[in-house]
Amino acid sequence: MNRLLPFIAFMLLVGLFGFGIWWNSHHDQNAIPSPLLDKPAPEFSLPKLYEPDQKVSKADLLGQPYLLNVFASWCIECGVEHPVLSAAAPTLGVQLVGYNYKDAPADAMNWLQKHGNPYHLLIADEPGQTAIDFGVYGAPESFLIDANGVIRYKHIGPITAEVMANEVKPAITAMLKEAP
Amino acid sequence: MTCRRLLLMAFVMLLSMAGFAHAQAIEPLPFADHAQELRFQELTRELRCPMCQNETLADSNAPIARDLRNQIFKMMQQGRSDEEIKQYLVDRYSGFVLYDPPLTAGTALLWFGPLLILICGAGVVLVAIRRRSNLGHETATDKKTPGQGPADLGDDW
Repeated sequence: MNRLLPFIAFMLLVGLFGFGIWWNSHHDQNAIPSPLLDKPAPEFSLPKLYEPDQKVSKADLLGQPYLLNVFASWCIECGVEHPVLSAAAPTLGVQLVGYNYKDAPADAMNWLQKHGNPYHLLIADEPGQTAIDFGVYGAPESFLIDANGVIRYKHIGPITAEVMANEVKPAITAMLKEAP
Repeated sequence: MTCRRLLLMAFVMLLSMAGFAHAQAIEPLPFADHAQELRFQELTRELRCPMCQNETLADSNAPIARDLRNQIFKMMQQGRSDEEIKQYLVDRYSGFVLYDPPLTAGTALLWFGPLLILICGAGVVLVAIRRRSNLGHETATDKKTPGQGPADLGDDW
């Protein structure tokens, strides 16, 4: 037994090491859990990307659920998720609202022209001030906001086809089932 | 041109480049006075940049760190306290941003984990000492004068 003890200790360390590897490969290390989940979305009033003199506020969007997708033309991973969003947008069941983050409007428009525009509505936050209220720290990030303006789900990083099928769509289905 | 002058020029160039890089990293903010600047530096050193895994808001050059530094500066000008500013950030970015996390149920393991490991280690050492001193005692009784007993148990391992 005494001779086995170092071996057992070693195996425990191997187990810990293995768990560390497994844990770090099974969750996004850059994702911070949002304290805003299941809380009302912050108030905002932002100009539309294509009509900058028209402002959109949180109150304007109340009454219908939407997926708020934070994107920017400078964001490389946004290009990764864009085809997934474009493909899913027509059958999403909720409005897709584009949140253009810290971007020059001209750059954003060029980017949308090149990659296609799946958004039902586009708002622009060039200074990035409102994004702080949303707890945004990079792009892409996506928020599912229900008809009452409550944040129901958040995804940090690109929405891959996998994330879309396994997380976003189930979250939308669950939300719509609850409040038709 | 002598070698020494060349070296000196290279040195001056290096220095100016370092200065330039620094100016790029952290732009100067118009502080009201030196005390406020010190307070700002202290506060941003205690806060973690949400984008980068291990950089303070003071050190980070990420765009979000710059925005948050500006936000903290703005809130200082509005006369908000350090606690209010920290709470503002925690409300938005969770306790992740605090380098000195408060003691809550979620952070208990973080605070007491090292103590737990220390106690486990102490237990292992204690058992090892007991065992060794018992062995030592058995052999020692043959040679040493009897009656010295438990007094020297601890120091012969």
